[in-house]
Amino acid sequence: MSATADALLVFVLMLNFVVLGSGRIRSLIYTVAAQGVALGVLPVLVHPAGLREALVSIGAIVLKSAVIPRMLMRAMADLPVRREVQPLVGFRTSLVLGAVATAASLLLASRLPVLGNTAVRLLVPASFATVLCGFIVLIARVKAITQVLGYLVLENGIFLFGLLLLDAMPFLVEIGVLLDLFVAIFVMGIIINHIHREFSSISTERLSTLRE
Amino acid sequence: MELATIALPLVGALLAFLVRSNHLRPLVLPAFGLAHLAATATTLASGRTRGSLPWLELDPPGRLVLLLVSVIFAACSCYAVAYLRLRSDRPNRVFCVCLLAFLAMMSFITWSHHLGLMWVAIETSTLTSAPLLYFNRTGRSLEATWKYLMVGSVGIALALLGSLFLGYSSLAGGHESTLLFDDLVAHAAQLSKPWLHGAFILLLVGYGTKMGIAPMHTWKPDAYGEAPGLVGALLAGGMTSCAFLAIVRVFHVVVAAGDADFANPLLIGMGLVSMAVAGAFMVRQRDFKRMLAWSSVEHMGILTLALGLGAAGAFGAVLHLVNNGLVKGVMFLSAGNIHRAYESKSTDEVAGALRRLPVSGALFLMGFIAVTGSPPFAPFVSEFAILNAVFAQRRWFVGAGMLVTFLVVFMGMAATVLAVVQGRPSEKAAGTPFHDRVLTIVPPALLMGAVVVLGLCVPAPLRAMVDEVVRYLGYGEGPP
Repeated sequence: MSATADALLVFVLMLNFVVLGSGRIRSLIYTVAAQGVALGVLPVLVHPAGLREALVSIGAIVLKSAVIPRMLMRAMADLPVRREVQPLVGFRTSLVLGAVATAASLLLASRLPVLGNTAVRLLVPASFATVLCGFIVLIARVKAITQVLGYLVLENGIFLFGLLLLDAMPFLVEIGVLLDLFVAIFVMGIIINHIHREFSSISTERLSTLRE
Repeated sequence: MELATIALPLVGALLAFLVRSNHLRPLVLPAFGLAHLAATATTLASGRTRGSLPWLELDPPGRLVLLLVSVIFAACSCYAVAYLRLRSDRPNRVFCVCLLAFLAMMSFITWSHHLGLMWVAIETSTLTSAPLLYFNRTGRSLEATWKYLMVGSVGIALALLGSLFLGYSSLAGGHESTLLFDDLVAHAAQLSKPWLHGAFILLLVGYGTKMGIAPMHTWKPDAYGEAPGLVGALLAGGMTSCAFLAIVRVFHVVVAAGDADFANPLLIGMGLVSMAVAGAFMVRQRDFKRMLAWSSVEHMGILTLALGLGAAGAFGAVLHLVNNGLVKGVMFLSAGNIHRAYESKSTDEVAGALRRLPVSGALFLMGFIAVTGSPPFAPFVSEFAILNAVFAQRRWFVGAGMLVTFLVVFMGMAATVLAVVQGRPSEKAAGTPFHDRVLTIVPPALLMGAVVVLGLCVPAPLRAMVDEVVRYLGYGEGPP
């Protein structure tokens, strides 16, 4: 079990780099969706054979691999915009930053008192690295939709850490977190559409009238 | 009892959704706003603060914030009737539904006794309040909404990670992992320190983003500048107080773990930075609504700093939470009136508010005097208590920093506020149809009345509530 979990976590980490390096929004959406599926399988592997874990798994997979990508694709389809990612920080620099972040996460996790088996051992650094990569995407990409994707990667990292605490989270709260994520992306999608209508662009560079 | 304060506004939201008339719909707001106030008063008077679920409990700071939120919302809901009548050209269904849902979520935050549940409530409150900012449907309000949503969501995501850290600190400390505040406090001494410290930093940054303390305040001037005045009042008086409540609860765990020495310098440092940043941006501020946003950053800084002072500052901090909320209500509602009358919020075009809108102008001026901590108004009492605590602890540099900021803020705000209220209104402004009416001036006037009364004496029931919070934090009685 834990070997599979470890392999999945390595896969998640690799997807972080794909996210940082991809230049097309469409492939970015697919990558984040794939990461969502990999994460969604983990609850069952880490805490085997509970009904609750299975439900959380199914919920996370459906949301992250089907519902959210579809919403984002629809937001894209309505917009006659160029489908390239506009990087504020170049792809190569982003990848280097991602590598530094991953190394730092491994170092940090080795310093913290982490309990448990081998699967869990990689869980903590993978979670930190994914959170940091999400941050890099959020800061280093200009378009509103890429910021949403950065937020999703960040959320994926937190989901990983949440696996350590599956017992403490009441089921309702777990579902509440997923539901909030859904609504957040839904509202962001609506606003992206309005931004487009207002400015004929979904680049946040246009969102700079408000300043001192 | 939690049903009354959480579910009632949700029923109201449903009703607002079902009412088809744009003209009648706003009436749902005061009906449920006042009912919520009544339900809150009954709950607090009955003392039944345990919910039907183990995750719902109204702890002492929760009680105080619930009352504050309820009072501010009641005032704003009455104001909203007049405001939405003026803006009857715009559809208000989304606005009314979101306002009531926002109230439900803020009440939910005060009741949550579980870190995960509280997180869900705070995130949902962000989502329900985002459409409120976009009421004016302009490019500028869109930009403000986007920033509010993105910065807020990322901040809250960090808070979720922090909450998980806190749960894990319990697991790593040899207990079952738990996210219930009671359990965390009960075996606080055994919590694993590195995780606890990480949790506190993440939660402070995360919920600090919602509170709008520097350097996570970037959404605030835009959001408050572009939102309708009553939304500004709800955010600055209600939402930020709920975020502060979240930080107080986490701080409570840290104090119980005997780690106050770790948390206090962080709180004091962030508080000072917020005050300094706010002061710097308030000088020569021409947009009076953005000025209020910076004032909110300053006061959130004061609250954070006061919390970090330990026993001495706790009383002032708790009292200031109430005072700041009420004064922000006065200022945002009266600023909203001035904005409507002049159709501008820049001092380039706004002048002579005392002539154009005698009551709103006077309230705005009084609010300014109160918010800068001048006697005899309530914020003077709490700010004085906080300064007293600073100097009693011989923190000379902190005290000097605070005094300098107070001075800079007073001068900066005075320039803007006096430009707004003094002089003669332009012909364009004299010609707009807006004038002071009962529903646009009575709510802020009542809040101002409360600020005056609290400045003269703190009524016994409120005093008891404040003392309870001080005791909850593990300190003795407040000063007499």
